Amino acid sequence: MSAVLSSASRRGFLKSAVAGSLVVAFHIPFEALAEGEAASQIPIAKGASGATPEVNAWVVIKPDDTIVIRIARSEMGQGTLTGLAQLVAEELDADWSKVVTEYPSPGQNLARKRTWGSFSTGGSRGIRESHEYVRKGGAIARTMLVQAAADAWKVPPAECVAAASVITHTPTGRTISYGKVAEAASKLTAPTEITLKDPKDWKLAGKRLARLDTVDKTTGAQIYGMDIKMPGMLNAAIKDCPVFGGTVKSFDASVIEKRPGVKKVLKVGDSAVAVVADTWWRAKSALDALPIEWDKGPNAKLSSKDVAATLKEGLDAAEAVAGNSNGDAKAAIKSAARKIEAVYSFPWLNHATMETMNATVVWTPERCEVWTPTQNGEAALAATAEAAGLPAAKCDVYKMHLGGGFGRRGATHDWVTQAVRIAKEMPGTPIKLIWTREEDMQHGRYHPVTQCKLTAGLDAKGNVTALHMRISGQSILASLGQTLKDGKDPVVFQGLNAPGPEASIGYSFPNLLVDHAMRNPPVPAGFWRGVNLNQNTVYLECFMDELAHATKQDPLAFRRKLMADHPKHLAVLNAVAEKAGWGKPAKKGVFRGLAQTMGFGSYVAACAEVSVDKAGKVKILRIVAATDPGYAVNPQQIEAQVEGSFVYGLSAALYGECTLKDGEMEQHNFDTYQVMKLDEMPKVESIVMPSGGFWGGVGEPTIAVAAPAVLNAIFAATGKRVRDLPLKNHSLKKA
Amino acid sequence: MAKLNVNGVVREFEAEDDTPLLWVIREQLGLTGTKYGCGVAQCGACTVHIDGEATRSCVRPVSTVTANQKITTIEGLSKDGSHAIQKAWAALDVPQCGFCQSGMIMAAAALIREKPKATDADIDTAMTNICRCGTYNRVRAAIHVVVKGGDPASAGLAIQRIEGSKA
Repeated sequence: MSAVLSSASRRGFLKSAVAGSLVVAFHIPFEALAEGEAASQIPIAKGASGATPEVNAWVVIKPDDTIVIRIARSEMGQGTLTGLAQLVAEELDADWSKVVTEYPSPGQNLARKRTWGSFSTGGSRGIRESHEYVRKGGAIARTMLVQAAADAWKVPPAECVAAASVITHTPTGRTISYGKVAEAASKLTAPTEITLKDPKDWKLAGKRLARLDTVDKTTGAQIYGMDIKMPGMLNAAIKDCPVFGGTVKSFDASVIEKRPGVKKVLKVGDSAVAVVADTWWRAKSALDALPIEWDKGPNAKLSSKDVAATLKEGLDAAEAVAGNSNGDAKAAIKSAARKIEAVYSFPWLNHATMETMNATVVWTPERCEVWTPTQNGEAALAATAEAAGLPAAKCDVYKMHLGGGFGRRGATHDWVTQAVRIAKEMPGTPIKLIWTREEDMQHGRYHPVTQCKLTAGLDAKGNVTALHMRISGQSILASLGQTLKDGKDPVVFQGLNAPGPEASIGYSFPNLLVDHAMRNPPVPAGFWRGVNLNQNTVYLECFMDELAHATKQDPLAFRRKLMADHPKHLAVLNAVAEKAGWGKPAKKGVFRGLAQTMGFGSYVAACAEVSVDKAGKVKILRIVAATDPGYAVNPQQIEAQVEGSFVYGLSAALYGECTLKDGEMEQHNFDTYQVMKLDEMPKVESIVMPSGGFWGGVGEPTIAVAAPAVLNAIFAATGKRVRDLPLKNHSLKKA
Repeated sequence: MAKLNVNGVVREFEAEDDTPLLWVIREQLGLTGTKYGCGVAQCGACTVHIDGEATRSCVRPVSTVTANQKITTIEGLSKDGSHAIQKAWAALDVPQCGFCQSGMIMAAAALIREKPKATDADIDTAMTNICRCGTYNRVRAAIHVVVKGGDPASAGLAIQRIEGSKA
């Protein structure tokens, strides 16, 4: 063991004297972390051996009545830390003012047979897929606390009630706080039968509570992965071959080895070179000065236009996999009185999280530990173990607060693999790897590239008799190397599925075929906030608008005719239409567009208002959005998610595209990958309308309706139909 | 040893002349509240004040800043998060992931100092920082709260607080 390890080990996190910084040492004593401020800074759970025994896996209550709620999912801005804590605290009947949160580590989850369930934080599933077991966790803990109080008073627990962390023996009026009975409760056997509260009785869940993690984000005190400091830590910068599939041929380390602070120049895997130095800036500067020769590999000549041609061929290919069908769409189109066809396309997009990829690693032959922002701690642990050459039980990952996730930090942990490989070359030395923005732009896990041909058959009265949507393009699951049953990637069909609880289409067509011709260019695809719902909703909702206009029908009335069997889809659409004043004249020069969809368990719709000046400049003035998430755990955070989703979706619609030239992405930073800024942000009016009976996500669905609502409004304003995103490539100038 | 006056304290450090101020602040001085987002002055995550003026520190060579100039980072904007902008930010739950927010707050604090009655047009011009979570409307609302005298209720956002909570 190195001096660093032995001197610092088991001393825990030391909050340094420097404001806002944190020095991290190894083998965190978890009980220390649960103390006061430290718990809010680096929320990692204490183990079962800690000073305060847990009531159960989800709840630790300290003698001073502080309630520590364990959260398995990752906080990346979406508010899940607060939302999940509200659900636990609700069933616990906790005093919300005493609630703090912490993360259990993936290693602890592994050691405890996944007692916290999945750590995966994507697909807007933080709340919708864990609400039941986290609420049970709270309810079980409350039952045990009440039992412990009843035992102490030698009364039946049925005579006791709990509220705001205080148990009252109703007949005598005696009271005791949770903190006083928590230790006794922790020794009791957990009840197996628990009744959860009816949501109509909620006191904390469903309320517009302030977030638990705001204040530190206003003072610089919030520590992100990029901010970690450890005794003896070195910093690494990395450059992966910019051409996808390329490798390192050679590099001349002697050119930079003598630069100040440089400690090591090394190849990482087959395709990357890293420089390790005392400071990151010195590592990065040295790497910039390093001559590297690449073997550009098989994709050295590949460009976006080649990929577009491949996808175009797929639009008419004989072979395709059906995702949703009823009737015989092809035959019905053939015999239709009228046929309308359009082809749309959607580009690659980079997640561009504000915090670039980073990880801090200490590797020794006995153990490997990683501190990193991740949307899936368990997947990060698996990547760590593999790269470390150690069993997972000898590794752990400490989840850092994410400076944005959006899907980039969940399915793959390529940066963790790199950081572990570097650290493995310097045993015992903490290594912090930070990607430059340029590295981040060129080595994304891009929103998949697809095209779609939509063909509708109509009768003489303008009713749609058949719809065929042929999607051609990239499969995320295939790109991730997952085995696909019957060659089908079901995620491709998001928002177009048959009626059911997930991502179902909101229309009934007499004949329908949605099929996919998979074409996988050698660019890594990933889950990008909203995933395939984004482009599928553009395709369908813009085409629906086209059909309405082609048959001289009102776009709302036209949709409604096909939505009779989809009352939840229809309800959100009606809500936005009403609030936006659809059917009533807009102000002069203002035009409206509609869109609706269903995905990630929720029903959403939007009505956008835009103006387009003579020069073709678009101003998005207002978006009315409606969300039916079944249950709304924190409406003010749902509103924040809806607004945020519009920025993400509209950044893509207005500007977003990553283009391939000679095998590498042409966009390197925010100067070439433009995103929406404050001055372009429309007024957002959010309608949160939970109808109950199901649990939907809120982080993603509304992204999908932003772009089509705006594009349809632009058509209303200009008569120009934009079918290939982004908008910046099209002139809307009046002819 | 070169010197910088950061948050009212003159600190010594060693770095090459062309090292961006951002990285001296983060690495040599250990103040990590100021963030790296792009390195090319596009995103504003690195915004600090130099003599009160909002400056993107990621492209500012440290050798061009003297110890006579007063640098303020997010950690030095107030002792306890009590700057009017910070208070409005907390009251309206502006941050989501929060990574861009130090820069946002520093830009907003400079704006409000220069234009205490900032209008929407002033906000549009001054607040060019990138936020990928999409906090822009609450950023605007929080600045308006400060312009109107600091009452968060004026934003009409209805955020519920429970007495004693750290939230």
